[in-house]
Amino acid sequence: MSLDPISLSEAVEAVDYTGQEPGTPEGKIEGRSPWLLAWQRLRRDRVAMISLVLIILIVLMAVFAPLATWITGHAPNEQYRQIGLTADGLPKGPSSQFWMGTDDLGRDIFVRIAYGARVSLLVGVVATGIAVAIGVIVGLAAGFFGGLVDTVLARLVDVILCVPFLLVAIALVSITGPGLSITILVIGFFSWASVARIVRGQVLSLREREFVEAARSLGASDRRIMFVDILPNVLAPVIVYTTLLIPVVIVVEATLTFLGLGLPPPTADWGGMISDGQAYYTTSWWFLIFPGLALLITTLAFNLFGDGVRDAFDPRSDQLLK
Amino acid sequence: MSDKDQPVAPGPAASGVHDVPSDNPLLQVKNVTKSFPVHTTSLFRRDHEFVHAVDDVSLEVRSGETLGLVGETGCGKSTLARCIARLYDLTSGSVTFDGTDISTKSRREMRPLRRQIQMIFQDPYGSLNPRRRVGSIIGDPFVIHGIDSRGDRKQKVQDLMELVGLNPEHYNRFPAEFSGGQRQRIGTARALALRPRMVVCDEPVSALDVSIQAQIINLLKDLQNDFGLTYIFISHDLSVVRHVSDRIAVMYLGRIVEVAPASEIFENSRHPYTRALLSALPVADPDEADRRERIVLVGDIPSPTNPPSGCRFHTRCPKARADCVKTDPQLGRAFDDGVEHVTACLHPLAVGEDLSLSRPQIEDSEILRAPTNPEPETSTGGMP
Repeated sequence: MSLDPISLSEAVEAVDYTGQEPGTPEGKIEGRSPWLLAWQRLRRDRVAMISLVLIILIVLMAVFAPLATWITGHAPNEQYRQIGLTADGLPKGPSSQFWMGTDDLGRDIFVRIAYGARVSLLVGVVATGIAVAIGVIVGLAAGFFGGLVDTVLARLVDVILCVPFLLVAIALVSITGPGLSITILVIGFFSWASVARIVRGQVLSLREREFVEAARSLGASDRRIMFVDILPNVLAPVIVYTTLLIPVVIVVEATLTFLGLGLPPPTADWGGMISDGQAYYTTSWWFLIFPGLALLITTLAFNLFGDGVRDAFDPRSDQLLK
Repeated sequence: MSDKDQPVAPGPAASGVHDVPSDNPLLQVKNVTKSFPVHTTSLFRRDHEFVHAVDDVSLEVRSGETLGLVGETGCGKSTLARCIARLYDLTSGSVTFDGTDISTKSRREMRPLRRQIQMIFQDPYGSLNPRRRVGSIIGDPFVIHGIDSRGDRKQKVQDLMELVGLNPEHYNRFPAEFSGGQRQRIGTARALALRPRMVVCDEPVSALDVSIQAQIINLLKDLQNDFGLTYIFISHDLSVVRHVSDRIAVMYLGRIVEVAPASEIFENSRHPYTRALLSALPVADPDEADRRERIVLVGDIPSPTNPPSGCRFHTRCPKARADCVKTDPQLGRAFDDGVEHVTACLHPLAVGEDLSLSRPQIEDSEILRAPTNPEPETSTGGMP
């Protein structure tokens, strides 16, 4: 042999390949999924946990809103003109009878805030759900197929993001008239574009990964690659964005109702209550403050929780917390 | 190994109802070219250039053998592998597997054939989906091809895990919980799930530690013996390729420059590029290392967008002559080589010829690219 390269054969024969490689912890067999790891990180985040408890409380308040009626004995839309208003016809302040006072029509603000949580959460969750569903599908398709599909969808996203949302919402509602479903649809339709953009960016890098090629070499269909191989990898940023989108949607819904474009009265709604209360802020602070606080606490809790979720999905945050 | 020893894959696409003669190659690659368009977009115009990653490559792989494919990074060996596995569409040429031309098949038509050609990937970290459990990753082939019920599947996956030396109890773990070598075993198990006849190994060990490399190579060899697999084994590491291969093909800049039985390549290489590659191998004995010739190639590998004229290696070849710039050499037998040994070189090396003593005998100005590159060489002349 004229050239003698380092002979791998001896090295190869010496190694017993069936042996377990070192460093494999035995015993605990159940895999620790990336989700579980993120949850473990999230649980150590005190702010996020407090926010989560608050969110759960708000959800419970919405679900059990009739309980508020049962405890206080006041229906949300019942106008207590005799006991709920002063002799001058002004709202009454907080008392043992009306815990958060009454509004200009003598209605119980506490009960109305409890019922208002239903509207806010319903719109927040459903509209966000619509937005995320559209955004994920559009983003997946644009990123995965590329080419013409991507060009068309990406331009569409740009167009949606350019539309002055509030103006179009006002125009739309003036045609259809205010209502719950139109509010949800309008908000959902105008919120998906940024989700699509995030998902598309992720998919663009994911589709070049070797595991996608591996799936392809196994004969997987496009649909299977998109939903089984790629989708689980974009879920983390989508979940983060979802938790941060919910408070935005809640505020937008309150804004629409504040402007008289959301839910028609007499539906109990935080935005509507703030709108009514602002005329009385000199005489009856509770009328404005309590619905405002409800909105603030809800959005703050969702935002802080979203921050925590984002940190939990970011592996670098592990060191930051320690 | 004859064709009859093969475990006959029950795939509907197995056109092998008729007996294939044993001297018929399992895989035949003919004049395969793959170019990728490169867009250089400026505001007002868009130029189309092409990277010729694989340029007019022909190969044959016989049933049961291991064909090693070596070459520098960027020479197109991975692209060729992906063309064979039909992950890429060919620009031109044909790939015939077991008598069936697979180069023009649609994705749907390709699906049954996927059971017979599988791939093991280079990066054990990138080739496994980080969000999915190992059990479902290895079980994917069964799901995609609709084989077995759920209960059988788990048993099969665990059998496969055992086969490749993994603990079947780790079924529910995630890829991140395994080491590089173990992940490569997972990739191997996935590739073998459908009992393919041919496995394209795209640098399966180059991302692993040397000791782990040996484990994986031995595993692959054992599996080859057990299942009569045919391998195309890609690597830039000649010592690995030598250990596993029956024949070796050397690639340079999208072309195959030399094909020969493994021992022939090492003892009797004809192409200067092959010789240069071999001389770069480390030698264990320091005295031996001092004595042997070392050929250091100058310059970088030329751009495959605009490959050199004539022999593509002439820009770096120590033995380049004037005709190398003009004539594109074809694969053929050099001197008294057997039919197995073909070289694409106008001035092949004789046995024992010392390449390190050779100097290129072409003008510097000739060591340039094809005449499509009108460099304004005179413009600098006017400057003081």
